[in-house]
Amino acid sequence: MKRLTTAVLAGAVLAGPVAADLVIPDLSYRTGPYAAGGIPFSDGYQDYFTLLNERDGGIGGVPVRVIECETGYNTEKGVECYEATKGEGALVYQPLSTGITYQLIPKAAADGIPLHTMGYGRTSAANGEVFRNVFNYPANYWDAASVAVNHLLDENGGSLEGKTIALVYHNSAYGKEPIRTLENLSSKHGFTLNTIAVDHPGQEQKSQWLQIRRERPDYVLMWGWGVMNQVAIQEAANIRFPMENFIGNWWAGAEHDVTPAGAAANGYKSLNMNAVEDMPVFDEIQSMVIDAGKNAGDGSNLGSVLYTRGMYAAMLAAEAIATAQDMHGEPEITPAMMRDGMEALEITEARMTELGMPGIGPEFSVSCADHGGSGMGLVQQWNADEGSWVVLTDYIAPDEEVIAPLIEEDSMAFAEENGITPGCD
Amino acid sequence: MLYREAGDFKTSYVDDSQTFPIAFDRYRYWAVLAVAFLVIPFVIDDYWANAVFVPFLIYAIAAIGLNILVGYCGQVSLGTGGFMAVGAYACYKLMTAFPDVSIVIHVVLAGGITAAVGALFGLPSLRIKGFYLAVATLAAQFFLVWLFNKVSWFYNYSASGQISAPERSVLGIAVTGAQVAPWAQYMICLVFCTISAIIARNLTRGSTGRKWMAIRDMDIAAEIIGVNPLRAKLSAFAVSSFFVGISGALFFAVYLGAVEVGEAFGIQKSFLVLFMIIIGGLGSIFGSFAGAAFMVLLPVALKVVGVDWLGFPTDTVAHFQLVIVGALIMIFLIAEPHGLAQLWRLAKEKLRLWPFPY
Repeated sequence: MKRLTTAVLAGAVLAGPVAADLVIPDLSYRTGPYAAGGIPFSDGYQDYFTLLNERDGGIGGVPVRVIECETGYNTEKGVECYEATKGEGALVYQPLSTGITYQLIPKAAADGIPLHTMGYGRTSAANGEVFRNVFNYPANYWDAASVAVNHLLDENGGSLEGKTIALVYHNSAYGKEPIRTLENLSSKHGFTLNTIAVDHPGQEQKSQWLQIRRERPDYVLMWGWGVMNQVAIQEAANIRFPMENFIGNWWAGAEHDVTPAGAAANGYKSLNMNAVEDMPVFDEIQSMVIDAGKNAGDGSNLGSVLYTRGMYAAMLAAEAIATAQDMHGEPEITPAMMRDGMEALEITEARMTELGMPGIGPEFSVSCADHGGSGMGLVQQWNADEGSWVVLTDYIAPDEEVIAPLIEEDSMAFAEENGITPGCD
Repeated sequence: MLYREAGDFKTSYVDDSQTFPIAFDRYRYWAVLAVAFLVIPFVIDDYWANAVFVPFLIYAIAAIGLNILVGYCGQVSLGTGGFMAVGAYACYKLMTAFPDVSIVIHVVLAGGITAAVGALFGLPSLRIKGFYLAVATLAAQFFLVWLFNKVSWFYNYSASGQISAPERSVLGIAVTGAQVAPWAQYMICLVFCTISAIIARNLTRGSTGRKWMAIRDMDIAAEIIGVNPLRAKLSAFAVSSFFVGISGALFFAVYLGAVEVGEAFGIQKSFLVLFMIIIGGLGSIFGSFAGAAFMVLLPVALKVVGVDWLGFPTDTVAHFQLVIVGALIMIFLIAEPHGLAQLWRLAKEKLRLWPFPY
């Protein structure tokens, strides 16, 4: 009995707040229909922090402790993970799910913990005056919609008059996000927009693609995630839809999305917010993390599109931590300091090269008024013979003329609903 | 010794027909209520509220609702998720349309609206039963989810199709929204859960419940002894949906605060609640609580043991959970079809005969 009591007490002491750690929760999903995307992202996210610990002894001399929590892309489990990890001193959450993000926005605001929803989540969180601790740099869904349309404008000599664009979307908050932007863009550029919903998880898309076959749109845009992407690309191949006219957003453009369709997927295009070439940092991860057996997953995803994006997300978080440490002159930062660091984040080409990832993303800086970054994205195309993505364009800027008023409108509606007075102090 | 009828004399009909005829049961009941109302609210924190108690109480209400329909009236339903969605969206529309009315009234009204929808979808039960009825309620599940996704009026035309609960308070204390205290969340769910359980328990003990059970046991015989199948079946659908609607409203407004219909109220929710009553025990109010507690606690317990103590990878633990739940459902169906409630009943039976149980 005495031994048991001692053990329990020791456990309680160990479980208490441990100082000298930068705690980063990783709400990952390695199970369920979205695991194909969740695994490489989480591997990249964790491996980069492991690299920092191994190479530099953490950030500013303080080691990073990553706590992984499985959500299965499920909002209830996401909330449980948030509650379970926030007491450990979590600095920033990266839930990689628009549904969970919507849950966490009010909770994180009440707890004062920043959220980084990189290229997903609530688009109008780009307005930092309303969403004080939510950040969606470097780009968001409405940017993605606009980048895709701008790319099509380029291809068609600046006019989409009379063209038809179909949007195949995941029937959830995630998939519905770009619709309003695309509607505004369609009235601006004179193309017809058809929206076609695919229900969770998206394994059954025969009727949707039959509709596309009947309506023969000039282009198909896709807002898909998880198993939905693979099925859509296969179905597009089945109806012989020209692949070069089929563009996915940046969550529908990874290797595992196109390989199941084999050679038929050749020419499929997708957006991307990070570069996909080989980078020096991968060699460091290979030698110091994977060869040392400290990798998060099985180590096979190194260098893939979503691994790179997860690593990019970790890099942005690490840079924000370093910025916060500089600003406050305090190596062990709090979530509030982390928020300040994220708001003062500045990513330059020189810094990215220094970190061993030149050109991984566009240069951008964050301010209180703009939590959204540059919003730029590039277009890549799948080469099935070589099994690699080919970058087609430079970073394309979105149409701020259309997006800025939408962000203003939506964020102000949120501010009014929740009694927030927009402002920077 | 402690648990027996001896010496506990009933001197009136009211005493004779009370819910807990054994004195020890009565004391235990009051003790559980006392702990739930007077102790837990003072010690609860965010994690325990959001990961354990609030979902347990909400699922218990849903399980009570489904148990009335499946366990007491014998009408199989796979539409629970859809009916929870009706409760959630009704609550959302009421909350945003009448911000000055109390949330408690909205939740009850949401239950009423769900009862009407449930009775409507219960109409086929007058002609079909068994598997065929299960398929008809499955249609309700898919139709309702599709409806709430398709018609933007239900989510007030928001761009994302999400509904999110604005802040509302009861007696000046916020119970929904971001600033809510864990004990307030817990208390409102506890009050609804306690009242629901008391109503359900007394309904099933009275003539209404006896009519349901007569229909469940043999509908033709029930009709011959004078039970109106139309009224019995539709009242079971309505009462069941009322509780399910209340749980859906609380699930959205108090627990999650923002939901997306396909994800939160999909077919897997219907199955989850069905598993709760299968494991807990069909035709038992206690079984609804036991099943809800089991299905809510199991994943949390597995995660704590597997990930936090033993250090297994998170995905292995998540997969193990599927295996364990699947195996348990099979074991219960084979070894103890009446669920945890039957184990509890047997234990009580043995206790009465103690020290010479047989």
